[in-house]
Amino acid sequence: MKTDVLVIGAGAAGMAAAIAAAKRNLKVVIAERDEITGGILNQCIHNGFGLHYFREELTGPEYAERFREQLSRYTGSIEVLTDCHVLKLDRNKKALLVSPKNVFELEAKVVVYAAGARERPFGSLMIPGDRPSGIFTAGVAQRLMNIDNRKVGRRALIVGSGDIGMIMARRLTLEGIEVVGVVERLPYPGGLLRNVIQCLKDFNIPLYLSSTVVEVKGSERLEEVVVARVDEQFRPIPGTEKSFKVDTLVLSVGLIPQVEMLNGLVTLDKRTRGIACSNTGQSSNEWIFAAGNCTAVFDLVDYVTKEGERAGEYASRYVNGERFSLGVPIVPGENVMLTFPNYYNDVDDLTLYLRCKKPMEKALLKVGGFEKTFEDLIPSEMIVVKIPKQKLSNLDRIEVKLEEV
Amino acid sequence: MEKIVCVLCPMGCKIKYSVEDGKIVSVEGNRCPRGLSYLEDELKEPKRIVPTSVRVVNGELPLASVKTSKPIPKRLIPEFMELVKQVQIEAPVKVGDVILKNVLDTGADVVATRTVKRVNSA
Repeated sequence: MKTDVLVIGAGAAGMAAAIAAAKRNLKVVIAERDEITGGILNQCIHNGFGLHYFREELTGPEYAERFREQLSRYTGSIEVLTDCHVLKLDRNKKALLVSPKNVFELEAKVVVYAAGARERPFGSLMIPGDRPSGIFTAGVAQRLMNIDNRKVGRRALIVGSGDIGMIMARRLTLEGIEVVGVVERLPYPGGLLRNVIQCLKDFNIPLYLSSTVVEVKGSERLEEVVVARVDEQFRPIPGTEKSFKVDTLVLSVGLIPQVEMLNGLVTLDKRTRGIACSNTGQSSNEWIFAAGNCTAVFDLVDYVTKEGERAGEYASRYVNGERFSLGVPIVPGENVMLTFPNYYNDVDDLTLYLRCKKPMEKALLKVGGFEKTFEDLIPSEMIVVKIPKQKLSNLDRIEVKLEEV
Repeated sequence: MEKIVCVLCPMGCKIKYSVEDGKIVSVEGNRCPRGLSYLEDELKEPKRIVPTSVRVVNGELPLASVKTSKPIPKRLIPEFMELVKQVQIEAPVKVGDVILKNVLDTGADVVATRTVKRVNSA
């Protein structure tokens, strides 16, 4: 089988990329390992999606359905393969795909990789103690409750105050599971303030800051979780232990871009841990474009859609014979934890995403000849700015700085 | 000046305001007019959109996700959840289908946010 564009993953980024390529009259195959398109949006039944892109507030399933609907309008040019896993991609642009029906090879002129992110698992946290059942990542608990109609437990503690953690605290509470608290290692909440209010404060769920889980106990099912306060180096402070009798522990401790399939084919960025990309979505391998949470973990799905469209557009132009250079590197400077994209090609203005390293009351963002002041910055809230290309001319590297003012 | 964070959308505007004799005399920081009505509600009767799900019979999925079509008083949320728990609908369900009208007299409807196709039970 042959196609112009192979899109790997039919979440927000992949769907947008496929549609963008179909609009340019290319033949597209989009492969999705789940039974339906939409990716993680399908289980995110809370509202808060689409405000930038659609100028209205939607839930995850509604947002996904709008794109699923658009995909179906291009049946002539987009072939959607669900329940279909891409096993590997080789240097000759050939992919090996497997579905319950068959195993087959597909040759593409260009690949848009949009495989999303995975949740950091319990095993990576090195928490001492037993290994009973009742410990879930937030996404798994969310899928069990929102798609499969399963109750995950009776009394729960949440680790990590990222948005998913707080949203799951509310979800569990609404479904009659007692949430005894949310534990956060950092001295400030990891997610948006709106979620601290509408997910925790509204339901009187305590948030334990500068705290961590030091032990889990239970023979078959989880019975007890021990939490302690931590010092500035995140080391537990002896004597501050507090015990929670819970049968459920939900982890929301970060997302990791899913990149394994492209090992050896592309370079990664050491800050985002995702695929290093130019503002065209192009990776270090000219025929592989990438978009969405496999490049950097984004705050809003609206951003992911935009990046998917961009990658789809440039991938199409590549198929039509245009060639792009990666451009000049974008490097995080003072007070900047990470940036996306990682390179800048001046075919267009730059949409720059960045996170600060620490909470800042007021900061001056400096990028080339561009400056803008921001207030009340926290690392969990991504900054997005559009920088005109005139402000970035004649640079051989673009340093991104946040100066305290 | 008091501070409040608007929860109506992910922009999360930080609204600064002051109240004299029960009246809002100054407001700043809201990037849209919804912020002002949020603030008014928050001082009088806090309201929230509630996303949840209802059971589906003969559907390709056991649940259809739903939301209130507009924010409902926060104090009614427990009662609302009790009510929604009893609801069971027949597939097919389409996005936007009204599942409950004027729920608890709030003026808000409960609407489906997911399409669930019908499967014929054997």
